[in-house]
Amino acid sequence: MLTKRIIACLDMDGGRVVKGVQFVNLRDAGDPAECAAAHARDGADEIVLLDITATSDKRKTMLGVVARTARCLFVPFTVGGGIRDLADAAAVFEAGADKIAINSAAVKDPALIGQIAARFGSQAVVVAIDARRVSNGSIKNGFEVFVAGGRTPTRRDALEWAREAAACGAGEILLTSMDRDGTKAGFDCELTQLVADAVSIPVIASGGAGSPQHFIDVFRDGRADAALAASIFHFGLENIGQLKRELQGAHVPVRWPC
Amino acid sequence: MTGPKTIAPLPAAPKIAIVDYGAGNLKSVKKAFDYLGANVVVTSEPDVVVRADKIVLPGVGHFSALGALDNTGLREAVLRGARSGKPFLGICLGMQWLFEGSDEAPELAGAGVFAGRCRAFPSSVKSPHVGWNSLTVRKGSRLLRDIAPESFVYFTHSFQAPMVSATAAETDYGTKFSAVVEQGNIFGVQFHPEKSWNVGLRMLKNFCDLDS
Repeated sequence: MLTKRIIACLDMDGGRVVKGVQFVNLRDAGDPAECAAAHARDGADEIVLLDITATSDKRKTMLGVVARTARCLFVPFTVGGGIRDLADAAAVFEAGADKIAINSAAVKDPALIGQIAARFGSQAVVVAIDARRVSNGSIKNGFEVFVAGGRTPTRRDALEWAREAAACGAGEILLTSMDRDGTKAGFDCELTQLVADAVSIPVIASGGAGSPQHFIDVFRDGRADAALAASIFHFGLENIGQLKRELQGAHVPVRWPC
Repeated sequence: MTGPKTIAPLPAAPKIAIVDYGAGNLKSVKKAFDYLGANVVVTSEPDVVVRADKIVLPGVGHFSALGALDNTGLREAVLRGARSGKPFLGICLGMQWLFEGSDEAPELAGAGVFAGRCRAFPSSVKSPHVGWNSLTVRKGSRLLRDIAPESFVYFTHSFQAPMVSATAAETDYGTKFSAVVEQGNIFGVQFHPEKSWNVGLRMLKNFCDLDS
């Protein structure tokens, strides 16, 4: 049976893993290569490394860190942050990533999704969407897309953008609720379900994980194919194995033992 | 006649050629074989493929990408090697290529080692099939030696290969399909062993350990 994936995310700033609350107040949490290996040993189904300040600092992805992290990592490895064009993506693949995540650059130029997919396959292209609730009715489905690490609103509807990204050749959607990010208040199941039902490609829910129940909720109610979390793992609040055992107890199919 | 025992030099590790025909990223496959200490080379040269002891045909993306094999002399080189009994491992698209063809690119002929065509998943499930799914392993497979019967491996694909007599492991996703095929020296895996943690590394090690 196809299992629900638990993805460990490493938010990286200046070559170190950090984690903020609602995209600010960054705290140091370790070396990316060591964190990635530890999560994989603990049972993470996949690792995502996001160079969260690459776009705002107007610099390229840190390829040395990517290569070092990829060297002995034998689970799927996604890298995002600072990828602006096909050449940037090619360099990240060359450094050892299996998939790239694009966010700001894809919003600016959706054709980039198709260009990367044509060369490396759709399975290698993850479109990351940072979405925030807006209540004034200005956005059709109530969730607005933000770019540049959550700093810049776009006036775009998250649901429509997800559909467009899938049509352009994206292989997966990494959907982050900015309202929930870092709060440990639970995933935004409403947002996740809205997008998961609208596209046929897998949707990875992100933002707000704080307890095993939150994962159960987002897999059941949010219909997520995968759920991503950062802080709860690397501050030792939960161990992935323990989380997976709890999910199994709730009849959520997971890869365990692994 | 007896003399002092000489220590024979270790035979050079058999060389594994990973065939590069321009379809996607071969880095991860190479990395996994490197990790296992295999003597492995990534090549787009038919001559290198022909001279190798074992052949790995990876591939991700669209079935039509396999057309590049036909235009470059690689198809003949790979088939010659496989027919001569060299261990051959097709990964993902490389496994689908072993069948007669795929509905994804009907105009392109596969190698036809196994009967049947690769088809899309039924509409009852989301496509592509992405993530960790379990194998139902048949006994006696050399590639799957020491692999637990319900092990999980990482898939990412939109088309699936039919069940055949050479199916060594099956997976269920809307329909039962061939996850591993094995016949003599010919092996194919639909999933990505290089991304399937210890289970996948074990299979690649088993492939490295085959006599060539």
